[in-house]
Amino acid sequence: MKHYSAFAVAREALRYHTGWERAWRSPEPKKKYDVIIVGAGGHGLATAYYLGKNYGIQNVAVIEKGWLGGGNTGRNTTIIRSNYLQDPSAAIYEKARSLYEDLSQELNYNIMFSPRGVMMLAQTHHEIRGYQRTAHANALQGVQTEWITPERVKELVPIINIDGPRYPVLGALWQERGGTARHDAVAWGYARACSAMGMDIIQQCEVKGVRSENGRVVGVDTTKGSIDCDKLGMVVAGHSGQLAEMAGFRLPLEAIALQALVSEPIKPCMDVVVMANTVHGYMSQSDKGEMVIGGGTDAFNNYTQRGSFHHIEETVRALVETFPMISRLKMLRQWGGIVDMTGDRSPILSKTPLGGCFINCGWGTGGFKSIPGSGWGMAQLMATGHSPLTEAFTLDRFKEGRFIDESVAAGVAH
Amino acid sequence: MLILNCPYCGVDAEESELSAGGEAHLKRFGPGSSEDEFHDYLFMRENPKGVHFERWRHSNGCGKWFHAARCTQTLEVFGTYSAQTTEPPKELKDAITAKRPGWTWREYE
Repeated sequence: MKHYSAFAVAREALRYHTGWERAWRSPEPKKKYDVIIVGAGGHGLATAYYLGKNYGIQNVAVIEKGWLGGGNTGRNTTIIRSNYLQDPSAAIYEKARSLYEDLSQELNYNIMFSPRGVMMLAQTHHEIRGYQRTAHANALQGVQTEWITPERVKELVPIINIDGPRYPVLGALWQERGGTARHDAVAWGYARACSAMGMDIIQQCEVKGVRSENGRVVGVDTTKGSIDCDKLGMVVAGHSGQLAEMAGFRLPLEAIALQALVSEPIKPCMDVVVMANTVHGYMSQSDKGEMVIGGGTDAFNNYTQRGSFHHIEETVRALVETFPMISRLKMLRQWGGIVDMTGDRSPILSKTPLGGCFINCGWGTGGFKSIPGSGWGMAQLMATGHSPLTEAFTLDRFKEGRFIDESVAAGVAH
Repeated sequence: MLILNCPYCGVDAEESELSAGGEAHLKRFGPGSSEDEFHDYLFMRENPKGVHFERWRHSNGCGKWFHAARCTQTLEVFGTYSAQTTEPPKELKDAITAKRPGWTWREYE
């Protein structure tokens, strides 16, 4: 792997950019790997990367039905924050946020992490109490957040209307070190680093079956033939249920569509991320100038990667009241992703009933921000059989009543 | 936009007139059931990529609950039927089989 640097850009400029090599190889699958990860999204690639980097397990294949980073990794609104109420959530999301801080340097790939600050507006009295409680919890967890007044909100976001009749801003939970990153670059950066370690990233290779012997996984059948493995990691978000069925167990998940949209690009007008959970809308401005808007989920099961238009209408209607200046913006694109929701709206990172098979799913509406932490914990779990980051997120917590209850009722942007 | 026919008032209701109520024909387990049964009842859903039976409420209309059969992969609606039943009517199951041979749903097929 050639090192990316300012010098490399200058060198290539002088020779008509003929010296760039492909960021990752596209090999044919080998007969056997130590570890197979199914799903080349952010979580899957991060898992492979930390398996190689932290545990020296480099005989790894990451197999992907479509193209790398083409699922929810390429469909989210790129927000990174860790202001969660429960200790296990705060630990894994804060680990992820802190890894994001120097991920560009570590991967030698610019993921454009922008710690611009994330603000969660309180627009009802319940939210004031909830967010103040979260701020206190975060202080104990070592996560830097603070409760701020409406005046401070207005100072940070001049385009906001803090005294609207329906959705007045009563304060906000402010995480100064949260922000955004370039979502595709996160997947690409991890893929490049994995490939450089000798791992095989095999795209357009769909898993058709999971083979096991004596209660232990021995390989997968794919559209590119049969591949053997010692350990299998399933990291496929929306389609986790289908994959688990092939492996002979069930998951407490339901797949639903979550939507987002972007406006035409405009001049810089908002340099923080604003989330308004009462109205299920959140907004930030991309480096290109587009307003990136996240909406709510549909209430019904859906695998189509497109959602209902009236949810977009509800989100935009509420955001227009909070940000009157966006009322004349044209929206350029709208899309949906399939999110896998668990009963307590927290993820599952766990061993499974099938030996040697591990699952990482259920991130629901909050997967992007957790990619490095999820990969770190999952790699530790797969390599050593135990990880302090993932120990609370087991598959059997539902049976045991150990829920990690992050605003179950919200169902979005918890 | 999803359009479902309410079997009670006969209205072709748009999605914004309805509330989704999740998976249909759940068998309820309560006191006296085993841990596994209670766990599955609370958390384990069929979540199929394909034929799905679900509950809807005509909340901004007649207010009644009813059932619908829908494909989660294409959003095609196969039909709606009364809530006063523990399994889909035979005609509907036959109609689904004609369109999606080999579908399964718990004990029905």
